[in-house]
Amino acid sequence: MNEDDVVAKPLRHPWRWISGVLVVGVLALFIFSLYSSPSVDHDIIVKYLFNAQILNGAWLTVVITVVSMLIATILAVILAVMKLSPNPLLKLVASAFIGFFRGTPLLLQIVFWGYLGIIYPTLTFGIPFTDIVFIHGQTSALIPSLAAGIIALALNEAAYSAEIVRAGILSVDGGQMEAASSLGMRGGYTLRRIILPQAMRVIIPPMGNEFISMLKNTALLEVVAVLELYTQATMISAQNLAQVELLVVAGFWYLVMTTILSIPQRQLEKKYGRGFNVTTARSRMFGFGKKEVSA
Amino acid sequence: MSGLMVDARSVRKSFGSNEVLKGITLSVEQGQVLVLLGPSGSGKSTFLRCINHLETINGGRIYVDGDLMGYRQVGDVLHEMKPAAIAAQRRHIGMVFQRFNLFPHLTALENVIEAPIGVNKENAKDAKQRGMKLLERVGLGDKFDHYPSQLSGGQQQRVAIARALAMEPKLMLFDEPTSALDPELVGEVLNVMRDLAKEGMTMIVVTHEMGFAREVADTVVFMDQGLVVEAGSPAEVLDNPQHERTKAFINSVL
Ligand SMILES: Nc1ncnc2c1ncn2[C@@H]1O[C@H](COP(=O)(O)OP(=O)(O)O)[C@@H](O)[C@H]1O
Ligand SMILES: [Mg+2]
Repeated sequence: MNEDDVVAKPLRHPWRWISGVLVVGVLALFIFSLYSSPSVDHDIIVKYLFNAQILNGAWLTVVITVVSMLIATILAVILAVMKLSPNPLLKLVASAFIGFFRGTPLLLQIVFWGYLGIIYPTLTFGIPFTDIVFIHGQTSALIPSLAAGIIALALNEAAYSAEIVRAGILSVDGGQMEAASSLGMRGGYTLRRIILPQAMRVIIPPMGNEFISMLKNTALLEVVAVLELYTQATMISAQNLAQVELLVVAGFWYLVMTTILSIPQRQLEKKYGRGFNVTTARSRMFGFGKKEVSA
Repeated sequence: MSGLMVDARSVRKSFGSNEVLKGITLSVEQGQVLVLLGPSGSGKSTFLRCINHLETINGGRIYVDGDLMGYRQVGDVLHEMKPAAIAAQRRHIGMVFQRFNLFPHLTALENVIEAPIGVNKENAKDAKQRGMKLLERVGLGDKFDHYPSQLSGGQQQRVAIARALAMEPKLMLFDEPTSALDPELVGEVLNVMRDLAKEGMTMIVVTHEMGFAREVADTVVFMDQGLVVEAGSPAEVLDNPQHERTKAFINSVL
């Protein structure tokens, strides 16, 4: 041990402790108020927490969320690339799509897709002006309410995600495109191998938010009678009149699901953070941001 | 005209109403090194980017190894090439940038082998072996698994050179490869370029490094305001410039 070794008392962070205690206190008060309220029947909550109907609903919620989000992400990349392309028609189509689906309430869009059968009682997929028909049938049979719900959520989400993906692509230095081109790489390859992997760093955190919003927005599918968690909860409470208790049950499962679904985000952030050294003023100041390049 | 690697004839290029290249004619023989000098904004980078068709040109013709760049000529009519054909032409032309432009999400070796595997469909094992050799050649064999952010500027630029060489180019274009480097790192990059010239690589180098130009260049071309002002051997252009603008520029750089 040398004389001039740095042996310093670490800086204290009293506010971390004070704010922590405050948060825990408020939370405890809230839970206690729910618990002690005479109009909330705890036995009903416990009884329905693992009810088969509720669990099926929760499972369907997860399925709808994941499927819608997958479709939305693929569409979002296509829309973002269209919007960034030099082709004015593609640009216009993408902008119109985004404008339309961001500019009308999601609830309205869900009802629209759900009631598509009233506007177009039958649907025909074929080649126009010929007798060639691939699919023909009742709209309600071709697009059941579950599919309608997924279409509505995915298209709406695609419009929002497209802007996130576009911002991500724009965040990548122009020199990357140039270097790729000079090596003889073509547009699609460059996008897939060079641009998007770097854009991911910017895309993932807001997409994590979108994922969680999506999970919660599935509750809106109640209006077209998709049997997801919220619909199941309301169907039960319509019979036993324990509205508050079933809201607590549903709320519990939504919290569980959003918490679990946040885990993959950290993995993805780690994966796409490789090679980026962000020891910046930010990480020193706020104590976050990776100090080492992760491999 | 065999033996001419680059044959640029009256190349014109405008950005909107701003004519940046006003008829550049120059040629580089196979195995020779041309150093391009000129004040900032004179159009040097634009000219390099025209050679590998990163920029379209408004007039003139550029031939690389006898191939017209970016267009197909049928009789008197020029046809724009498809992106695939342009990409194929670029594979034979390596480019090194002032700001390196390494792919930050890939390690040094991955940077070098990305295009050979992805574009040339070389098998991964061969590409890796060749990639390691190239990294050793630029003195970075031990850094193959480092990310660009873990390398110094000089090291990054050497990886960038290895990356370009991995495509086995016939021609290398260098756009101020040492301008973004700390002075003590310039030498290591110039050494790699010097070796490359010795091995017979055809090169066009935009640089302000007069020592390098004097020693390595076969031809020095001085450009100003989109025109070639003066061209000749290093002795002619650097030591005995004929034009006032050339003299003024060389004095300002020294
Ligand atoms: N993409 C572009 N759009 C518009 N103007 C450009 C573009 N690239 C270069 N220029 C203009 O062309 C001129 C020459 O630029 P450049 O070739 O970079 O010069 P140099 O490399 O000799 O410094 C400058 O006036 C610059 O502003
Ligand atoms: Mg330049």
